[in-house]
Amino acid sequence: MELIFEKSVEGRCCALLADSDIPEYKLKESLLRKAPLRLPELSETDVSRHYTQLAERTHGINNGFYPLGSCTMKYNPRINEEVASWPEFTQIHPLQPRSTTAGCVEVLDLCEKHLCEITGMDAMTFEPAAGAHGEFTALLMIKAYHNSRGDSGRKKIIVPDSAHGTNPASAAMAGFSVVNIPSAADGRVDLDALKNAAGPDTAGLMLTNPNTVGLFDKNILEISRIVHKAGGLLYYDGANLNAIMGIARPGDMGFDVIHLNLHKTFSAPHGGGGPGSGPVGCKEFLKKYLPHSVLGENASASSIGQVKAFYGNFLVVLRALSYILTLGGDGLRIASENAVLNANYMMAKLKGVFDIPFDGFCMHEFVMSLEKLKKNAGVSALDIAKSMLDNGMHPPTMYFPLIVHEALMIEPTETESRETMDEAVEVLVNLYKDALTDSDKLHRSPYATPVRRLDEVGAARNPVLKYSFS
Amino acid sequence: MGGYIPSTAEQREQMLSEIGVSSVSELYSDIPEIVKLKRPLRIPKGISEQETYRELRSIAAKNKVFPTVLRGAGAYKHYIPSIVKYIAAKEEFVTAYTPYQAEISQGILQSIFEYQTMICDLTGLDVSNASVYDGASAAAEAVAMCSAPKRMRALVSSCANPEVIETIRTYGFGSGVEIVAIPEKNGATDMDELKRLADETVCCVYIQQPNFYGILESAAEAGEIAHGSGAKFIIGCNPVSLSIIQSPAECGADIAVGEGQPLGMPLSFGGPYLGFMAAKDALLRKLPGRIVGQTRDVDGKRAFVLTMQAREQHIRREKASSNICSNQALCALTASVYLAAMGPEGLREAARQCVSKAHYFSAKLCEIPGVRLRYNGEFFHEFMTDLPVSSEIVLSRLEQNGILGGLPVKGAILWCVTEAVSRKELDMAIEIVREACASLEARKES
Repeated sequence: MELIFEKSVEGRCCALLADSDIPEYKLKESLLRKAPLRLPELSETDVSRHYTQLAERTHGINNGFYPLGSCTMKYNPRINEEVASWPEFTQIHPLQPRSTTAGCVEVLDLCEKHLCEITGMDAMTFEPAAGAHGEFTALLMIKAYHNSRGDSGRKKIIVPDSAHGTNPASAAMAGFSVVNIPSAADGRVDLDALKNAAGPDTAGLMLTNPNTVGLFDKNILEISRIVHKAGGLLYYDGANLNAIMGIARPGDMGFDVIHLNLHKTFSAPHGGGGPGSGPVGCKEFLKKYLPHSVLGENASASSIGQVKAFYGNFLVVLRALSYILTLGGDGLRIASENAVLNANYMMAKLKGVFDIPFDGFCMHEFVMSLEKLKKNAGVSALDIAKSMLDNGMHPPTMYFPLIVHEALMIEPTETESRETMDEAVEVLVNLYKDALTDSDKLHRSPYATPVRRLDEVGAARNPVLKYSFS
Repeated sequence: MGGYIPSTAEQREQMLSEIGVSSVSELYSDIPEIVKLKRPLRIPKGISEQETYRELRSIAAKNKVFPTVLRGAGAYKHYIPSIVKYIAAKEEFVTAYTPYQAEISQGILQSIFEYQTMICDLTGLDVSNASVYDGASAAAEAVAMCSAPKRMRALVSSCANPEVIETIRTYGFGSGVEIVAIPEKNGATDMDELKRLADETVCCVYIQQPNFYGILESAAEAGEIAHGSGAKFIIGCNPVSLSIIQSPAECGADIAVGEGQPLGMPLSFGGPYLGFMAAKDALLRKLPGRIVGQTRDVDGKRAFVLTMQAREQHIRREKASSNICSNQALCALTASVYLAAMGPEGLREAARQCVSKAHYFSAKLCEIPGVRLRYNGEFFHEFMTDLPVSSEIVLSRLEQNGILGGLPVKGAILWCVTEAVSRKELDMAIEIVREACASLEARKES
């Protein structure tokens, strides 16, 4: 389809602004822009149709199943969207007098209170705008904590090799060096490797639990003991909290500081890649290091500073609060239980066909390895994923975690029905059969999507990153 | 069952039996008993949608919406065309994830490609990313792009927004880049001080245009000084102003960043907003975050895809250019729709009205005895005034009349006037300020 610039017609416009009723003030000529402005010139009909066409070429949760592991693509309740559109929230300036923002403050306070209860933390900031931003914030707090104790030699963050890529990247941004430790054969932290890595230079360990292969690390208390004994802090990556709300709390497992993804566990939509919200929660002894807004709040002298302007993605926090109120303490636990039930159901149905590299029950997601299929039939995880696209489904996460070869990671979430999961299982099983008989068909898939497989290598080698106006 | 769970009790029983267990609790057998929560969460029980609506209405009612907003300082109330809200609420855009599967994500990918094009056009620079969290974190990421082992100092104008400066400092605490403030002189960056500070240890110079006090800086001069010392030059800019004011490229910037909120996003108590970032070609591989590129599919059709991923955390892990994963995609889409609806002439008109109305308002305010401009440089849509009386009294009088006055800053008031405000509202505000000043002056004299 055409780009919006290719639809532009000189002189066309939407009549939007009132004429000015004030004499024009002319700025000095030397301050003015000389270059042309090449925004598209369109009617409102043009704009509406262009974006409708783009929407039709986008797969959202409203279009179909979205079992993207580690991303918790649960249904985004529309009541939350409606609440977040009320002028009493959208029209509030972040620097209004506090006496006029009691509602916004209550939203943040209530959400903090409930999320602290869910996670076993004592305080929380909503400033970070996404999970990775929360990781960075929490790591700076860990750094500030060690520095404040004159313990600034702690320059290493331990990260298991199964971790999300954001973990080591955040640690590096916070000025730490990263010690990667291998996972044990069962996908969990290798305790010996951890013992060897932990020492007087350890600032902390970053851990996702349930971990990225969908297993709860049952050695968590031992892990906590090893890290704390070495003088490090324990950091919880909350990407997988959806499995354990009301069942177990990071704060009770020994974690000192955590981040959550409100756009995963707490049903806020992903918006095609944001805005998210990555609040950081901590135990009392770290509270004074939490970030603050210099224009809007009273700062603690020990605060790490701020990581973005104002108080975070407020409307995302509001959506999460709406979700928490609707589900309630009982409903949150039921949501987690059903997320785990659904994942185990799909795993049980797929187990006979696909290789599941880890024994036992999974939490809210599980990983399959297509290594054998690749070896025997030449069909990769990528081929299976691309073939799913022709069935109106978003594929699972591919090639993550890195410790499983030809990985497909499936997270159905609790908001999918048994019928949807059965259909997905049938699609996957049929694709497996097709792979053995007609692998070429899978290599060339997808067929029915708006575009087919792309030349990604070419895109990176000869980058075309904007439209060239002729 | 609530909680948006479609399974019936009967289905759950069947599913459990297919798994081979009799209860969900068996599935949690890996969790040690000792860390299990033995009590219900202390959160009120679940309620219906209707009750949630009611409860949140009562919280919403505790906020006060000001019909007239004369406060900016990093968050700006502009007129938002109706179509922007409708398009940004389309369910496909709202509920999709990051466009990893390009074949079914062309809509989002193309919208980002178009956004990148618009940001490059506004800033005059070569390449743009798909957005970052907000203007402040964009500035901090830009500084990180410039640091090098022998250049670990960043010069940041004291006239930049304090929240932006603080964010740059916080990121510096992580990276080890030392943040040095360039002093101000008459409400603008002191160029002599900048010359003195700029040396071979400096990685970049950051200035804001227009600056926190609203003043238009001698940006090109700052750029020359930066480049003279071998440092990169970063401009933090207001995107609406770019339609009429010299672009960052015209001022010699290597990187332009800014708060994209004025492009169709409501105030929303500070977020979600939009951080935009554009740079010269040479810095492409240092840009953080997602970037969308054009390519072809196997049938030769034009298509778009996330590209240059060798910079990113999921590939490079601790060696990545940044840890960014989620950005602000829906906000970038909002900005694109806003820019498409406004068009070049609409955006210029909004900017011209900002300038004209701000100057009208400042001139009228300065006719009030005792009111004068704190600084006399040229300004865009914000300016500082000193008042003969305490700013609290003036602001509370305005508040009583539904007007959010300017922000108290350094004993003065930082006002902001955009095209969203009418002459009638400005005249009303002027009268209120005049009365407040007059009555208090009179009281003081008696």
